[in-house]
Amino acid sequence: MKQRAAVLGTGQTHHRSKRADVSIAGLCREAVDRALADADVPADQIDAIVVGKAPDLFEGVMMPELYLADALGAVGKPLLRVHTAGSVGGATGVVAASLIQAGVHRRVLAVAFEKQSESNAMWALSITPPFSMPVLAGAGGYFAPHIRSYIRRSGAPNHIGAMVAAKDRRNGARNPYAHLRQADMTMEKVLASPMLWDPVRYDETCPSSDGACAVVLGDQAAAEASDQPVAWIRATSMRTEPTMFSGKDNVNPRAGADAAAALWEAAGITSPRDQIDAAEIYVPFSWCEPMWLENLGFAEPGQGWRMTEAGETEITGSLPVNPSGGVLSSNPIGASGLLRFAESAMQVTGKAGEHQVAGAKTALGHAYGGGSQYFSMWVVADTPD
Amino acid sequence: MTDVAVVGFAQARSERHSPATTNGVEMLVPIFHEVFGATGLTKADVDFWCSGSSDYLAGRAFSFVSAVDAIGAFPPVMESHVEMDGAWALYEAWLKVLTGEAEIALAYGFGKSSAGTLRRVLALQLDPYLVAPLWPDSVSIAALQARLGIEAGLWSEQDMAEVAVRSRSSAITNAHAQLSGSTSAAELLCEPYIADPLRAHDCAPVSDGAAVVILATGSRASELCARPAWITGFEHRIDSASLGARDLTTAPSAVAAGAAAGAGRAQVAELHAPFTHQEIILRRALGLDAGNDRSGDGARINPSGGALCGNPMFAAGLARIGSAAAEIMSGRADVALGHATSGPALQQNLVCVMEAP
Amino acid sequence: MTSSAGQPLHAPLEISFDYTRSLGPTLSEFVTALAGRRLLGARASDGRVHAPPFEFDSATGAPPAEFIEVGPAGTVVTWTWTDRPLEGQPLGHPFGWALIRPDGADTALLHAVDAGAAGAMATGMRVRPRWSDRAGSGITDIACFEPESSAGPAGQADGSGASDKAHGEPAETVTMITTPVRLSYDHTVSPGESAYLLALAQGRLIGQRCPACGKVYLPPRGACPVDGVPTKDEVELPDTGIVTTFCVVNVPFHGQKFPSPYVAASVLIDGADIAFQHLILGCPPDEVRMGLRVRAVWKPREEWDVGHNIDHFEPTGEPDAPYDSYARHL
Repeated sequence: MKQRAAVLGTGQTHHRSKRADVSIAGLCREAVDRALADADVPADQIDAIVVGKAPDLFEGVMMPELYLADALGAVGKPLLRVHTAGSVGGATGVVAASLIQAGVHRRVLAVAFEKQSESNAMWALSITPPFSMPVLAGAGGYFAPHIRSYIRRSGAPNHIGAMVAAKDRRNGARNPYAHLRQADMTMEKVLASPMLWDPVRYDETCPSSDGACAVVLGDQAAAEASDQPVAWIRATSMRTEPTMFSGKDNVNPRAGADAAAALWEAAGITSPRDQIDAAEIYVPFSWCEPMWLENLGFAEPGQGWRMTEAGETEITGSLPVNPSGGVLSSNPIGASGLLRFAESAMQVTGKAGEHQVAGAKTALGHAYGGGSQYFSMWVVADTPD
Repeated sequence: MTDVAVVGFAQARSERHSPATTNGVEMLVPIFHEVFGATGLTKADVDFWCSGSSDYLAGRAFSFVSAVDAIGAFPPVMESHVEMDGAWALYEAWLKVLTGEAEIALAYGFGKSSAGTLRRVLALQLDPYLVAPLWPDSVSIAALQARLGIEAGLWSEQDMAEVAVRSRSSAITNAHAQLSGSTSAAELLCEPYIADPLRAHDCAPVSDGAAVVILATGSRASELCARPAWITGFEHRIDSASLGARDLTTAPSAVAAGAAAGAGRAQVAELHAPFTHQEIILRRALGLDAGNDRSGDGARINPSGGALCGNPMFAAGLARIGSAAAEIMSGRADVALGHATSGPALQQNLVCVMEAP
Repeated sequence: MTSSAGQPLHAPLEISFDYTRSLGPTLSEFVTALAGRRLLGARASDGRVHAPPFEFDSATGAPPAEFIEVGPAGTVVTWTWTDRPLEGQPLGHPFGWALIRPDGADTALLHAVDAGAAGAMATGMRVRPRWSDRAGSGITDIACFEPESSAGPAGQADGSGASDKAHGEPAETVTMITTPVRLSYDHTVSPGESAYLLALAQGRLIGQRCPACGKVYLPPRGACPVDGVPTKDEVELPDTGIVTTFCVVNVPFHGQKFPSPYVAASVLIDGADIAFQHLILGCPPDEVRMGLRVRAVWKPREEWDVGHNIDHFEPTGEPDAPYDSYARHL
């Protein structure tokens, strides 16, 4: 049956729009070296490697984990490559956890990355195959109409998205690795930024980043042998639904709600809002915060924005959301989900530095991708159960 | 450790040019129907789904996201995807069963290799800085490997042709094969080289196809299948990407995976060898030939005809495991091995050993 | 119906991008040396001199401690022959591929050998680089290798004898290379989408009904995403519907075909059970609203082809649809 698993250490790169100082391997290695050092685990103790990243067309390398085998120290070891669209970083964490929970391995390295500056992610996303509808609206154009639906359905006031964006950018300023670090960002500044995809403004969208994240996971013996504080994985969860289908709820997708319900049950959490001390939620557009608060069960449908408005999701609030600055501050697509998972572990091990949530003992890491189609999440805590 | 068995397998016929889309739905719907029919399961019985496919095979980003339409993935499903052959999707599915999160798990792989120029697309698997910019194609890379073995005296062009002859002959009874027939090594060796020392018969055909395998835990497997193929070893490893720095005449990753999985006991093996000489490398790496590292007879190799008779990328490795499992389910073998490979020149190898109850 | 009787529609799909690859310190050292017509290697923890140098030692993860000049001439370790070069390969005429071990190195690098004929290739043959004029491009600074015994093709830039002459270090360190990736595919659409597109070519909107759930998909997908079964029954639909939701696009973006601002909306055709995205024109963007009734404006007939012949949607002037009538489509 299921073995206990824990995060022994995490590492990430300094995320930037262009990490022109490194190769793809160098980018990954920067995160891996930090994770191994944080976990105090030598590379030869790693039993297996799980690599996650978003579409291969972003870097123009087919299955880049093949070429990366040497640089990642994977030669002679098992190596898996996960790809579940934007949720892939989360799925990478879940698969790595499964390797330990299944009793197959003792220590596993999860690595996720994106080097968007190798190409132009918008190019790769906007390839229009023959006969398909021409791209009408770019990246934000897919999500902005659903945000409008959320606003209509919930009656949320116009400034909620700007509150989220200002909070996450200010949080990013506390995170030395964040791409955007804007300590003086305010709701007023966000509201004054250009309207790109009405109702979504410029400062309400995520940047495009180069970056990587690595996480060292271990079994119970490895966790207990560690001199470092570890983050025990209480539960993981993944759910998928079709990209589009008749009756799809784009505001409150059932795959996300089902994944969350399964997660809370497996983690023994009956009141997420009371029992989760910090949440790293995949918020590439500011309005996703209230939407996902509802989808995850932190708030009733239509009520998530009230938590944001009341300041509950600030780093000092009752449910700090994205104390790291989140996707709105750094978005190396393939790594963004694993960053959420890693940051949740950093919170419960007290390693989050200036963006540490005081006294955090139980935290959520969350990712989603595709057309709100793939969801992956985990709960970590400072004790095994 | 939880007992897990293969209880179902179906595959699409390998075709040179399938009319299907690159999202696989048209190839997957019929084989899901077939495997559910054979096992009596429905989609609601599947606790975990995992697929393998490639965006570069399809020529566009997120090419796999529509494949879940073939499942009918609502209500939502527990599901994952690897950018690898479906054999590794099966590995992830096996993990989920071992964790106790799933009792029934389904893995599928699909690929429409004919959409692009496969041997050129695969050049993008090479080091993107110092090798891929030269666009070395996958057939030429394999040819470099084949010559090394020939000149080291490890195999001959005759040995390679005999692999092709046996494979095509075996495929005569395989309705899913793309190539089959009776021929002779002498006949094949009269053909010209396409990449010296490789001739056409040394190379797997370009194939479109899909495969699906269902796993079940001990308590469920025996209900679903008279002779489940119990997984007794499931291992994979990767070798260096540096073609000029590793010994291409062997596959250390296959040796290690085979040893860990107990490959040497197999009575029959389905090897994912896209080139004739790679079958020879794999037989030796896995200890399947009669001789030094094996008592008694050698294992029967590729009774389906193997990848040389149909190599749908991202499904062919999974199909090898399914075909090996079918040897057990049908009673033709008690210990069977399925193998999958990925990457240039057998860089990555997976071995799944299965046994009869 | 054409799509069920014949092959589904298919057409060429070209993908092309010039990737910009930052090299990092090790590859930069190697590529900069190449620009100066020198070949570098590095000793790994396995005791061997690797050329090209490893970025990170596969056993220790460490970058090379120092670089060692090797070659540039070397010995063929194994080879093959290409009669019909593919796009992007180093030579346009028949050539050999080889793994070449540079003198002083313990590993081999992959490159082309311009030997004229397969019969001129042999394991153990001595080869030297033929340098390209295009210094700083990366591995393609070596145009190919050539037999050491050859005098070099006539007219070659720099002459054959210059191959092993020092070219001098370039003024600047190379930190970035550009890698063009161009691939051609044949893209096929599903039988249902073929039927939809062929009907559009006749000015008609055709959806398909799922035999299991009865929902009408427009355009049809490969299978009903909820039931996993092919949709077959065709349903002729009008070209009117409602805007369920939308955004106003104010930003220019890559691939954009219309001037900003404009409205991209989810349009639910009357009788369909799923919305698709389309343009709303014919009124100022700020007059578009959820529930707005719209009709298709077709392109001029002479512009029709097999594909998207609806130019945009425009308001019909009818009263808005009540929210409850489309709320479940959001």
